[in-house]
Amino acid sequence: MTHDLIDLTEVDDDLLDVPRARRTVTPVDLAEALVASLASLAFVVILHVVFRQQSLVGAAVWWFLGFLVAYSLLVRDRSDTETAIDRVMTVVIWATGALVTAVLAWMITFLVIKGLPALRPGFFTQDLSKVGPLNPGGGAKHALIGTLEQVGIATIIVVPIAVLTAIYLNEIKGRLALPVRFIVDAMSGLPSVVAGLLVFTVWVDGHGFSGIAGSAALVVLMLPTVTRTSEEILRTIPDPLREGGLALGAPQWRLITRVVVPTALAGLMTAVILGIARAIGETAPMLLTAFGADSTNKSPFKGPQDDLPLFIWKLIRVPNARQNDRAWTGALILVMLVLVLFVTARLIANRSQRKLGRAR
Amino acid sequence: MTVTAPSRTRDQMTFPSPTRPSADRAPASLDAQQISAWFGKRKVLERCSLTMPVNHVTALIGPSGCGKSTFIRILNRMHEVIPGAAIAGRVELDGVDIYGSTLSPTEVRTRIGMVFQKPNPFPAMTIGENVLAGLKLTRSRVANQSDLVEECLRRAGLWDEVKDRLDEGGMSLSGGQQQRLCIARALAVRPQVLLMDEPCSALDPISTRVVEETVKELASDVTVVIVTHNMQQARRVSDQCAFFLVEEVRQPGRIVESGPTSQLFDSPQDSRTFDYVTGRFG
Repeated sequence: MTHDLIDLTEVDDDLLDVPRARRTVTPVDLAEALVASLASLAFVVILHVVFRQQSLVGAAVWWFLGFLVAYSLLVRDRSDTETAIDRVMTVVIWATGALVTAVLAWMITFLVIKGLPALRPGFFTQDLSKVGPLNPGGGAKHALIGTLEQVGIATIIVVPIAVLTAIYLNEIKGRLALPVRFIVDAMSGLPSVVAGLLVFTVWVDGHGFSGIAGSAALVVLMLPTVTRTSEEILRTIPDPLREGGLALGAPQWRLITRVVVPTALAGLMTAVILGIARAIGETAPMLLTAFGADSTNKSPFKGPQDDLPLFIWKLIRVPNARQNDRAWTGALILVMLVLVLFVTARLIANRSQRKLGRAR
Repeated sequence: MTVTAPSRTRDQMTFPSPTRPSADRAPASLDAQQISAWFGKRKVLERCSLTMPVNHVTALIGPSGCGKSTFIRILNRMHEVIPGAAIAGRVELDGVDIYGSTLSPTEVRTRIGMVFQKPNPFPAMTIGENVLAGLKLTRSRVANQSDLVEECLRRAGLWDEVKDRLDEGGMSLSGGQQQRLCIARALAVRPQVLLMDEPCSALDPISTRVVEETVKELASDVTVVIVTHNMQQARRVSDQCAFFLVEEVRQPGRIVESGPTSQLFDSPQDSRTFDYVTGRFG
């Protein structure tokens, strides 16, 4: 009697109570991609044989373009134009991401390979004052101290000024906000060598080279970056939070220090890191201010001081393999320094957010 | 048109001075007189007068865009936070003009608290810190913080749900819990009046019910003014109502009628009120 009725209970039992896999790639999808890449390869071979296309980079670009065309035609043949466009865009976006990652990975690998030979513990404890250009040993202790001092001093000066300016621009919104923002924007376009020239003219010419003169030039360069990034971060804090604070009877200053800045803290730290990253690799202004040295000068206030960019610049331009190796090691340390800073800031920011159990 | 306070029990001269500890504050009446409001050149409210008596719940009802939210924001000087905003008229808190020189805007806002349409707990603070935020923001001291946290969370009907997780972030709560956290936060500064701007519009029916219960219980020790779109809610929680309406587009909003809730709903004097409360429009 109930023979031709569908037995729903039986159907339900067949369904597994486990999370279903989301959108798997079918063999047909793979076959399409494979066929498209082979077709494109044939196209590149034709370009090489018939049109004498020689460069490898050119071949890669042609192959990618050929792949896109072939792939879109294949997908369109099986489904429709919309799907084809969607697939091609997916491939393009993936390829862009992969390209950027590859460039970065290539740069870091290159740095490690070039920088590793001269990287020994002594590199951090010796300077170049007692070692000849052709001798082994020596290190970048003096440059490392210089970089840490110069960038550290610049950061200590920049952070309060930049954050307060950002607060003025976005929280207080004073009458001068517009001109201040204009000047900050104009400042961010200042070529770094000009900042060095400025400090050279007003200070170094008369008081001599020093690490702190370098810091002054870095302040000029960091200030607009940190200010504008901080302002953008503050702008992401929703107004209802400010209203909530004001409605509790908070004066504006306490609202800023207790609600706005703590909420924006992770972002503000990123802003500072971006500023440091901008400053830490500056070479041109440092030539005119800190000048550089081969011996250790612990005082940033008196006498020429070396830093990592100057160390690299000085040693890479001489026709001497040993000096060049040292330069590469200096570059590796410089990049690692930025990386460590960045990761530390991210960890601190993440921890403060995890404590509050925020989603994401 | 306006409702008069039953009897003003407190003398104007004994108004607590700003230096007095907040714990002594008793609920106060609020009296808005001839309030007009502008955003830039556009007039959004015209000559609205309303008395909000002590320990009563006053509901402000009316269709969208009729100036209810603007009106309630004027009552604790939050209107002027918006650039280009201006007002005319007086608002008296137990007889003292809150726009006068006796009280600063920040002092006004500690006496007249506010809960907003969308819950806005501070993301950088834990649940407990959120409750105490008002004290920190106004540099007030309180003898026993944990007692105050418990008391305010109990009054907001949230204590049982969060008592074991006061150290978690305020954003980890659900929407309804966040809104009750905001109520607890507003209560912790011991306001004399609590303003609520559509506090349930972002909440589900169960959370709404909890918040409504909270509002009713609060009325015994704080004067409550609540904006709502929901007429059943106005009927459930309020003692008196004011009906706002914009008669023609681009005209300012006015109070068409105000009075005890039962009267406004059951025997409205104005035909427009009748149309609105019976659901003919709006």
